[in-house]
Amino acid sequence: MTPVLALIARDLRLVWRRPGDVAVVLAFFVVATVLFPLGIGPEPNTLSRIAAGVLWCAALFASLLSLDRLFAADYEDGTLDLLLLAPWPLELAALAKCVAHWIVTGLPLALLAPLLGVAFGLRHESLWALTASLLVGTPTLSLIGGLAAALTLGARRSGALLALLALPLCVPTLIFGAGAVETLAMGEDFTTHLLILAALALVALASTPWAMAAALRQAGE
Amino acid sequence: MPGLHFLANPARFRRFSQRALPGLALATVLALLVGLYMALIQSPPDYQQGETVRIMFLHVPSAWLAMAGYALLAALGAALLVWRHPLAALMARAAAPVGACFALVCLLTGSLWGRPMWGTYWVWDARLTSMLLLFFLYLGHIALSRAYDDSDRGDRAAAILALAGVINLPIIKFSVDWWNTLHQPASVARLGGPAIHPTILIPLLWMAGALLLLFILLVLLRTETEIDRRRLEIAEAA
Repeated sequence: MTPVLALIARDLRLVWRRPGDVAVVLAFFVVATVLFPLGIGPEPNTLSRIAAGVLWCAALFASLLSLDRLFAADYEDGTLDLLLLAPWPLELAALAKCVAHWIVTGLPLALLAPLLGVAFGLRHESLWALTASLLVGTPTLSLIGGLAAALTLGARRSGALLALLALPLCVPTLIFGAGAVETLAMGEDFTTHLLILAALALVALASTPWAMAAALRQAGE
Repeated sequence: MPGLHFLANPARFRRFSQRALPGLALATVLALLVGLYMALIQSPPDYQQGETVRIMFLHVPSAWLAMAGYALLAALGAALLVWRHPLAALMARAAAPVGACFALVCLLTGSLWGRPMWGTYWVWDARLTSMLLLFFLYLGHIALSRAYDDSDRGDRAAAILALAGVINLPIIKFSVDWWNTLHQPASVARLGGPAIHPTILIPLLWMAGALLLLFILLVLLRTETEIDRRRLEIAEAA
């Protein structure tokens, strides 16, 4: 486990020394969300009706935004070659990168979302549901996005391509994430939605590291 | 599977496909002519859908072939990653746009059928939405396989994507079904019903067979083109 923790700590240190990268992602999330009331109109009922979907979509886009640099920096400066040569599994290294990505994007997004939810007129309990669903759902986005990032490493127009690959695969998470908030708003129990979100995260956790490692090995060849 | 490995050699595959192509092309044209006659002229109009039921003879087989095409992509991806089957990469490259076209035909014909039947070109019905997402998965595969200067790299990346996609397809389908029942409970007329009358079923199956032949023909032709393209690439590099 030590090398994994070391790798996570290294990525977090890199972000800590250039906090602007995370700030830009969070700023994008806020600005993108704020555009919706401006486009749709300030009618409170409409806004509270669409809030969950809008916030979830914006969180999805924001977490994709930072992914194209997930492996690219390591690819360019040779760190990836060292990871390939290292005596521990590349799968764990890829997983560690995704964990670090989640800590600096998924987690802040989940904590920031309720503030924006207030502006959309979401009720108190819906705000909790929003945070809970984002906390359980965003790890899947980081893992699937990490796979797309590994596949597009060194490709032409990799940013746009990454979004094209990752978005259809993120549809289930989006549906159940936004669905959790909506179910609670209708006065029903949203535990099922959270459990399915957790199941999706576990499937991604069990499957994407292998695919990521396979993709990274090709990039290193 | 000795058959697969026999065809792994592109030159041997060419000899096989060049012998098979003329007969296959003839069979495809004949099957399509007969199928279209049965579907457009011979079969009776549906008592509910009227003449628009004829769109289904193109629509339903396209949907089947779009789904089968993605399964083919995944199988070819596995063959490429596991056995480094050299022809699998070329065939995947050839098959992906064909499958995408069938998905698009399915969406367009469905939309044209929906206008008179449901009164709208598009509804967020579960099956429409999953087919749209399948189309996006095809687009991602096509874009990824062509995004690298080194085409080997693109082929293998696309192979991994096809496998990830095929694992995800049932999950996507399930979640879209769930989402649809959450949002709009059974407001949409459902096609089919308990049983399809033989006067409709036989032309439908015939058209499915004819379009399957067309699918195979197009994939074989495009694979030959891919082999030529790779030869040119190698010749240019040398």
